[in-house]
Amino acid sequence: MAPDAAAALGRIRAGAPQHARPYERYLLTPTAWAALAEALAVDRGLALLSLWAEPAMVHAAFLAEEEGEILLASCPAQGGHYPALSPARPGAVRFERMIRDLWGLVAEGAEDSRPWLDHGHWGVTGPLSNNPAPNALPPPQPEFLAVEGEGVHQIAVGPVHAAVIEPGHFRFHVQGETVARLEVRLGYAHKGTIGLMLGKSPRAAARYMARLSGDSTVAHSWAFAMAAEAALGVVPPPRALALRALMAELERIHNHLNDWGFACNDSAFAFPHARCGALREAVLRASAAAFGHRLMMDRVVPGGVAQDLAPGGAEAILAALEVAAAEIPVLLQIYENHASLADRVVGTGSLAAALVARFAAGGFIGRATGRGFDARRLPGYAPYADLEVAVPVLPQGDVDARIRIRIAELQESIRLVRGLLKTLPDGELAVPLPQRAGEGVGMVEGFRGECLHWLALDDGGLIRGAFPRDPSWLQWPLLEAAIENNIVADFPLCNKSFNCSYSGVDL
Amino acid sequence: MLWPRLAKNLFGRPLTDPAPPVPDQVVQALVERLEAAAQQRLGHSLSIREVDTGSCNGCELEINALSNVVHDLERFGLRFVASPRHADVLLVTGPLGRNMRAALERVWECTPDPKWVVAVGDCAVDGGVFKGSYAVEGGIAEALPVDLVIPGCPPTPTQLLEGLLALLEAQALPRATPFWRRDED
Ligand code: SF4
Repeated sequence: MAPDAAAALGRIRAGAPQHARPYERYLLTPTAWAALAEALAVDRGLALLSLWAEPAMVHAAFLAEEEGEILLASCPAQGGHYPALSPARPGAVRFERMIRDLWGLVAEGAEDSRPWLDHGHWGVTGPLSNNPAPNALPPPQPEFLAVEGEGVHQIAVGPVHAAVIEPGHFRFHVQGETVARLEVRLGYAHKGTIGLMLGKSPRAAARYMARLSGDSTVAHSWAFAMAAEAALGVVPPPRALALRALMAELERIHNHLNDWGFACNDSAFAFPHARCGALREAVLRASAAAFGHRLMMDRVVPGGVAQDLAPGGAEAILAALEVAAAEIPVLLQIYENHASLADRVVGTGSLAAALVARFAAGGFIGRATGRGFDARRLPGYAPYADLEVAVPVLPQGDVDARIRIRIAELQESIRLVRGLLKTLPDGELAVPLPQRAGEGVGMVEGFRGECLHWLALDDGGLIRGAFPRDPSWLQWPLLEAAIENNIVADFPLCNKSFNCSYSGVDL
Repeated sequence: MLWPRLAKNLFGRPLTDPAPPVPDQVVQALVERLEAAAQQRLGHSLSIREVDTGSCNGCELEINALSNVVHDLERFGLRFVASPRHADVLLVTGPLGRNMRAALERVWECTPDPKWVVAVGDCAVDGGVFKGSYAVEGGIAEALPVDLVIPGCPPTPTQLLEGLLALLEAQALPRATPFWRRDED
């Protein structure tokens, strides 16, 4: 263990425990938090996973990478201020901008204090603070970081894109054909989701988390349910857990197939796109036959699952996966054997392992760059402990590596689904939720990476505070790094190889 | 190898689904709307520009699935275009987010007349679950005249196709039965 990490860990553990489950949250004083920020600046061992707020209080979630321990820390925002973590952890930058926009709390010494989600259209500022202030000012012009140099010009793309994708703005600074800097401006899909959840029961709020990012509806619903169950000290029945894993793996399969195909398409190689599309469609239809919804939305609920596997569902899933399992090796061979494709994907959009580690980026983006974190293994959660999930890791960090990780995961998920269907336990689908206070954390490995949810319930069991952290928070900034010094024409391909969520981070 | 596979597929059964039934009432309602507006008919095909005003991306997944080989949208003369300037139809998803209203209005202004607006998904119909948020104005009709709504969360590709075919029939010039209706004769 690095001595500095021990120092930072020790500073958190010296705080007052607040009884969050299963990971403790420690309340620090603003002075202790400032000391923590300093300790983090010299320490590499403690990764920042999330940063969020409640009125007058800021919370952070950390992962001690070597120890595999997750812990939370909080700092009261006296007079609406708290010491920034962004000088020590670059991943904190967007969280701090978001906290200022939603709760009106200011990070002192922050790396970047420009607005993030608040584009000036809401009619209020600090909508989640105790006293949102009316805002009648005209929306300000967005400011972008400047790039100096001869012949530098800008290309502005979005928020409405040429393809059928979510809204966001990309500002390229370009020198000739080469991208000198990309800056992503998001927030266009902001729906005020956290505000809608406050004061509702976990059961009633689950529908918002099923719609945080539609492609990850199962993973986010599960992480949210896990947080609620941890807060209330209930354990869902074994059958519910197995069905959740079944749905989560189907979700991983359909998304990996989709993006593999699209990445080939963006390399002007349409055949794998067509085939992946057909295989994915079969998986979605099987999911609909098994769970009554193609994306399996609203099927995972706090306490368990909303419905059982339909009769014939298992057969439909197995049939769809058999076709996919037979064809994936063939498609992989095609992917590998075409020089025109290899030319586009190998060495394109490369990331440095050190940068990925600094951002603690998870999912296939981390695993394609040597960071092997997978929440199914660590911290691990039921029912995965018995399934021995294989986690592929590659060092290259380019578009090709990200695609290959996803192909390997695809095959592993097919194996997991088959195993889950074989050993599906009998029994109840859900347990009732008591109405009482509690605080919980849930972490579930979605197809993009770990979905990390925090939830606090008041005495009546209603939501006092919540924060769903999509994995894309720590991945979007890396897209900006990956495209640097690549040509503009490779951006769609790089972007697809990341496929970050807009809605998931726009909240 | 790719080529033997392609050859095999040439002699195989097509993957494409048959067209879904198109509801006559919807076509009729659209025709009336068209006539009331004295709108010019567009002909046999429609170019579609998709605009997401704050969806959860579930609707985008299903709209993209329309282009896969199983649904093969283009066989009906429906296709997605990259710019609103080339579009006949704006297919709008998501609740009307306050952060997207200005962009949506600009897209509308850039789209040449005559044009249709289709609100896709429960969110686009009336804000869906996001109704009442400080960041959401409601459905797409708060900003634009909506011609057709396709509810669902998200609507399935089949439901999307039904709606789009109804639009195609309503605005087509009087002519022979479209190919997807020939079996009904
Ligand atoms: S209608 Fe449903 S799937 Fe579509 S954007 Fe809204 S929540 Fe997502």
